[in-house]
Amino acid sequence: MATAGSGDELKVLGAWASPFLVRVLFALQLKGLRYEYVEVDLKEKNELLLASNPVHKKIPVLLHAGKPVCESQLIVQYIDEAFPASGPSFLPADTHARAVARFWGAYVDDKLLSSWKGIFATKDEEENAEAVRQTLAAADALEGAFRECSGEKLEWFGGDGVGYVDIVLGGLVPSMNVLELAVGIKVVDPDRTPLLAAWKDRFCALDAAKAAMPPLDRLLENAKKYLAEISFKTPASK
Amino acid sequence: MEKEPKGDDGGDLKLLGLTVSPFVIRVRMVLQMKAVSYRYIEQDLFIKSDLLVTSNPVHKKVPVLIHGGRPVCESSAIMEYVDEVWAASTTGASILPADPYERATARFWAAYADSKLLPAWVGIMWAATEEERTEKVDETLAAIGRLEEAFGECSNGKAFFAGDSVGYLDLVLGSQLLWFGVLRKMFGVVVIDDDAGSKTPLLASWAKQFVETDMAKEVVPDVDTAVEYLKKLQAHRPGSTVTQLLS
Repeated sequence: MATAGSGDELKVLGAWASPFLVRVLFALQLKGLRYEYVEVDLKEKNELLLASNPVHKKIPVLLHAGKPVCESQLIVQYIDEAFPASGPSFLPADTHARAVARFWGAYVDDKLLSSWKGIFATKDEEENAEAVRQTLAAADALEGAFRECSGEKLEWFGGDGVGYVDIVLGGLVPSMNVLELAVGIKVVDPDRTPLLAAWKDRFCALDAAKAAMPPLDRLLENAKKYLAEISFKTPASK
Repeated sequence: MEKEPKGDDGGDLKLLGLTVSPFVIRVRMVLQMKAVSYRYIEQDLFIKSDLLVTSNPVHKKVPVLIHGGRPVCESSAIMEYVDEVWAASTTGASILPADPYERATARFWAAYADSKLLPAWVGIMWAATEEERTEKVDETLAAIGRLEEAFGECSNGKAFFAGDSVGYLDLVLGSQLLWFGVLRKMFGVVVIDDDAGSKTPLLASWAKQFVETDMAKEVVPDVDTAVEYLKKLQAHRPGSTVTQLLS
């Protein structure tokens, strides 16, 4: 496994359940980079976190030779650009394909994730049901994106291999599994989104993904506790 | 029928936009900096054109760059696309620095300007109550305060965030200046203060230089055009969100 470069140590500040952390760890694993992981308890003030991300005070933060990079998608882009010799590039060579990858990367956070958060945002069951519909619609759009981006092989958004959108969406895979097990909502579904369902299984089989994802049972237990705290009622499906 | 202008590589280039949209302004500025000719097509966001809907079926928003018939959507993706296709070796410097850490820093503050600053000042314009307006003004001023600090860190004493010439972050924040003018004119809200005792002296000096650049003069409409557009929106779309307002 390649090292980060002489004296340029990599440190990741994270919270074990975070999908944004999964993205960063997955990217580092894909590049074969060594890093030190530091678990941050978000309920307590962490001096290193506050010094590294004073603006948002959020994880993940990547520290490269002590210099912080924040925002999970920016960190993934940074890892790709700062370590060009380590493993394949996350973005394709073709400029139009790169723009398409950036578009869908933005879509995952702007549309899929924002709808997803809405499912648990209020006590209003009608609003929650609408959020579920929007989340599934966003997943349907990503099914189309997968067909557009993956080429003949239909394996990865990145085409020939794992790419940027695989990493960005891949971070949400553990959460997708938990959402299905805890409340029966299938963001990705073999009937509705067959390509993404196959992609999700393929993702979970990767060594780099296994090393990046939190243990499912622990995540599920965590989710159930949270759902009980907010007295969540699964919206009735149409 | 008028001849389609060709981009440098011969592929024809069209931009679907709204002249007052910060997301469109920043893209037009990159194109101008790169001396790329394109056909600009102003869009009516109330009645969306077939071309807009087919080119950006996912969001139906502007800007959309259509290069050789292929659409590129999302202003940040378009900016990086234009920067890559018309790279430094041909015309105009790159808008992103070469160093990966500096690139990450520019993208971070650009994302901040769009996700924290922009929704705050849009909120000022759409606030339903005085209380809400005050809250949004406070958020706006807090965000611009952060960017004032960032300018100090990024610019190294030079004129722009990117140094001697305009870069990615300059464009993202600079494209919002038009609407700061609207806020001053219509709401009496001053976002970047150029008076003595200003809390944003660095940005005041930066803004003065930015509006004097060729690309700003070429691309940015006058404040009254933006004021008229806002009045049109207020009449037709009470309680609009950011996305309906400006893209």
